[in-house]
Amino acid sequence: MERLKADVVVIGAGVTGTAVARELARYQLKVFLVEKHPDVACGCTKANTAIVHAGYDATPGTWKAKLNVRGAAVYPQVCRELEVEFKPTGSLVVALAEDQVPHLYELLNRGYVNGVPDLKVIGRDELLAKEPYVNPKAVAALWAPTAGLVNPWGLAIAQAENAAENGVEVLLGAPVVGIDVTDGLVTAVQTPDVIIETRYVVNAGGRYSDEIARMVGQDDFRIVPRKGEYYVFDKRFGYMANCPLFPVPTAISKGILVTPSVDKNLLIGPNAQDQEDKEDLDTTAEGLQEVLSEALTMMPDLPVKDAITNFAGLRAVARPSNDFVLGPAPGVPNFINAAGIQSPGLTSAPAVAEVVRDYLQMAGLELKGKKKFNPFRKGIVTFRDKSHEEQARLIQEDPRYGQIVCRCETVTEAEIVQALNRPIPCTTIDGVKRRTRAGMGRCQAGFCTPRVVEIMARELGLSWDEITKKGGASRLLLGQTKCSAAVKGAGKDA
Amino acid sequence: MRSIKYDVVVIGAGPAGLAAASRAKAMGVKRVLLVDRDREPGGILQQCIHNGFGLHLFKEELTGPEYAYKFIEESYASGVEFLMNTMVLTIQPDRQIYAINRKVGMLKIEAQAIVLAMGCRERNRGAVTIPGSRPSGIFTAGTAQRFVNMEGYMPGRHVVILGSGDIGLIMARRFTWEGAKVEGVFEIMPYSNGLNRNIVQCLKDNNIPLHLSHTVTKVHGNERIEAVTVSQVDEHFTPLSGSEQVIPCDTLLLSVGLIPENELSRDAGIHIDPVIGGPVVTDEMETTLAGVFACGNVVHVHDLVDNVTRESWLAGEGAARLVLGQQPTRDLVTTKAGSGVRYVVPHKIHVENLATRTTTLYLRVLQPEENVRVELVSGTKSLFSVHQRVVRPAEMVSINVPPKRITATAGEELMVRLVREGDKA
Ligand SMILES: Cc1cc2nc3c(=O)[nH]c(=O)nc-3n(C[C@H](O)[C@H](O)[C@H](O)COP(=O)(O)OP(=O)(O)OC[C@H]3O[C@@H](n4cnc5c(N)ncnc54)[C@H](O)[C@@H]3O)c2cc1C
Ligand SMILES: Cc1cc2nc3c(=O)[nH]c(=O)nc-3n(C[C@H](O)[C@H](O)[C@H](O)COP(=O)(O)OP(=O)(O)OC[C@H]3O[C@@H](n4cnc5c(N)ncnc54)[C@H](O)[C@@H]3O)c2cc1C
Repeated sequence: MERLKADVVVIGAGVTGTAVARELARYQLKVFLVEKHPDVACGCTKANTAIVHAGYDATPGTWKAKLNVRGAAVYPQVCRELEVEFKPTGSLVVALAEDQVPHLYELLNRGYVNGVPDLKVIGRDELLAKEPYVNPKAVAALWAPTAGLVNPWGLAIAQAENAAENGVEVLLGAPVVGIDVTDGLVTAVQTPDVIIETRYVVNAGGRYSDEIARMVGQDDFRIVPRKGEYYVFDKRFGYMANCPLFPVPTAISKGILVTPSVDKNLLIGPNAQDQEDKEDLDTTAEGLQEVLSEALTMMPDLPVKDAITNFAGLRAVARPSNDFVLGPAPGVPNFINAAGIQSPGLTSAPAVAEVVRDYLQMAGLELKGKKKFNPFRKGIVTFRDKSHEEQARLIQEDPRYGQIVCRCETVTEAEIVQALNRPIPCTTIDGVKRRTRAGMGRCQAGFCTPRVVEIMARELGLSWDEITKKGGASRLLLGQTKCSAAVKGAGKDA
Repeated sequence: MRSIKYDVVVIGAGPAGLAAASRAKAMGVKRVLLVDRDREPGGILQQCIHNGFGLHLFKEELTGPEYAYKFIEESYASGVEFLMNTMVLTIQPDRQIYAINRKVGMLKIEAQAIVLAMGCRERNRGAVTIPGSRPSGIFTAGTAQRFVNMEGYMPGRHVVILGSGDIGLIMARRFTWEGAKVEGVFEIMPYSNGLNRNIVQCLKDNNIPLHLSHTVTKVHGNERIEAVTVSQVDEHFTPLSGSEQVIPCDTLLLSVGLIPENELSRDAGIHIDPVIGGPVVTDEMETTLAGVFACGNVVHVHDLVDNVTRESWLAGEGAARLVLGQQPTRDLVTTKAGSGVRYVVPHKIHVENLATRTTTLYLRVLQPEENVRVELVSGTKSLFSVHQRVVRPAEMVSINVPPKRITATAGEELMVRLVREGDKA
């Protein structure tokens, strides 16, 4: 068993853990980011609504309220430094009947208390001018200009890459199975392959953060997974919403919204269903029906027939607090929680990272700045968003830009190859998809899968049938055909 | 950026593009260019190694590659120029095309006439909304076909097929021959969506059951697919509770329909008929954008390649006539789908052509019928009709109207409808 030494081990490489890792990369520390999946951003961070919330929703005084507003404020800068897609669209809460209007003012007041800037209630005409496809029965709306859209897994990947470039060690496929505690202090973190002796641990384990806390004896909170289901529509219809459109929460409606994504797909959802199983990400016929019928109330002309996919995410709701669980475990001062990070956890991530840093410092960690810290990270150079002239130049510099691999999203071979050769290893088809959008379009990978597999096999030095969708048993191909098995090696370099 | 000029540029070198290009050339057009993103011409036929192509046109049973090869040879021989490995990114309304190629880089191609022949893509899981988990092992039938026939890999060993489209039926047989176990084909409609001959040759001959009025209602398994739940459906396609059955499998193949690939056309501002998913066309196969023609699966999904070829000859001729200044006068009648008919292609017919050549109408019916007449009516007047013993939604019906058989005046609407024999319309 390999033994490693660290100052801080961060458990979980979702948007929270990667934000913490990047924050700690600013200091002279040996930091490990440890993730059980074969890639970062495979938990809650890959399946959510992707909205940078303005912050009028959370109950004043909670962590959620404080960190949401702080997070939203720093988002534009973080995304600029890391070259992550962020769109400052603003957001609307739409009152579809007169009796919902008082609720807009309630939200306005709550937002004021939480410190959300520039909220205002707008009338029907202004709303319909902003959003022509909203149900014409709408009477008024709350306008929150500081909200926006982000690519959530894009942010987590970028944070992890930037952390790695600044010296953080990222261990993928490394589930934490135990934590050693001696005399009320964490001494080491165990994974099946390595033991990391460490002075501090940060628990950013998402919906498993309660189980990780129990490894050090903390048993005062529990995570209840709350499922949310979605439909994604063809980006041809992205024009139908310019910003997130929330309904006014009512006793029956849990608030299913219509929103564009940063990539111009229209997204509807999520519903909310508590469950026991932390791995059950199944979509259900009933859930999808609920999502569709409520979204149709907001936008009667939704292109129902042009759904391209559906998916579900699980919120990590902490009981009993229903708030983020931040700070040291009782009795174990060098184990810091960033647990139960439910919505608005994506928005809050940069602020959570600051709070975690401060808790570490309060627990005695010395923070000496690193001169060489580079906050900037270069993303993959994409082809689709360039002018014809720039595209011509890209192909000239690297002919692989002249080969389209994913036709729906216009992803070139050069981008796939870049994705496979970055600071954080990318070894799965889903990993390539999240880094490049290959397979995320209207044909949902029917066209590009064989081409992506071919490039991955070549770049990673694997045979085609070793390539997986998401690690583990998710192999895509189950061996060769009779004929190509007979012709020795035929399939391998086909 | 390299800039080139052609008289006719055909986008897509499948059977449609090949036929259109060589026909345009044969009509006397000087410079014809065929552009395709693939390494080799032939389109989807390259992966269709089963036979059954060309029965109508050549009276022989060719494989897909053999059928394509006839037209590839003909195109080469006639002097059509090929530009392979080249992806068209945009078509501008002024008929300038931007395309990329890893050797040449970005290309600007100016064309007097363009023929769209980009084919179609498969409907996927998202488009039919199958709830459940999202593991690996779910393939559209065409992607699976490519893996097996072109790459030599098996997508799976224990297969359930959703949808009775032809590619699914062909793959049911192909998987069986490769030693895989195919549990059955599940079709939500009360009738099959594939050609009858495929039901017989692919399923019956291999003892693969076809379950009509059934669908997959859930996918199980987190990493690789482990099973599906299938349910019977009622006449509104609602799953009947109590009919659920869990079938273990490692692969789910989807053969649930095809969608013409018209992103380029849409972006160029060409009108798309929502029923067929393809451009509105005249009998010259010209779209609503003057000088841009379309043919094959990019217009509407065909079940027989022979019909694709015939339709594409018209497009090649149409493009040639435009380039050569021989277009018919623009007096047009419109067609319309009447009772029992889902759609009719072309949408518009030149009055002049009705007098000078045979006009072919392609249509699909709404549901299976026996012993019917397909009737062409204007107002209340029946102009033309043909008897059909059986019509099925899966099999495209084509009606040939001989020259001068009907006369019509510009602006008139010709409705095509089904009438049961013996019934008065
Ligand atoms: C339906 C839905 C909608 C949402 N919408 C929004 C929104 O619009 N805006 C917003 O701000 N927020 C939203 N959120 C919340 C947001 O998505 C989450 O707060 C955020 O993604 C949480 O990130 P995380 O890093 O804490 O958790 P995760 O992304 O779940 O990451 C936790 C990581 O820990 C790893 N891990 C767990 N156990 C171990 C172990 N033993 N060893 C090693 N690694 C381990 C996991 O594999 C995982 O990668 C939404 C959430 C959901 C579910
Ligand atoms: C803001 C936002 C925007 C989004 N935009 C898009 C979008 O534009 N396009 C999009 O597709 N999703 C989009 N999504 C959904 C995104 O796919 C999910 O968030 C995430 O990938 C869920 O992961 P998963 O493992 O649950 O599903 P995934 O594993 O990612 O499954 C996605 C789909 O891929 C299909 N699939 C692809 N290849 C194969 C294959 N070879 N074999 C079997 N099945 C295959 C599956 O059938 C399934 O329908 C968006 C999500 C968010 C939050």
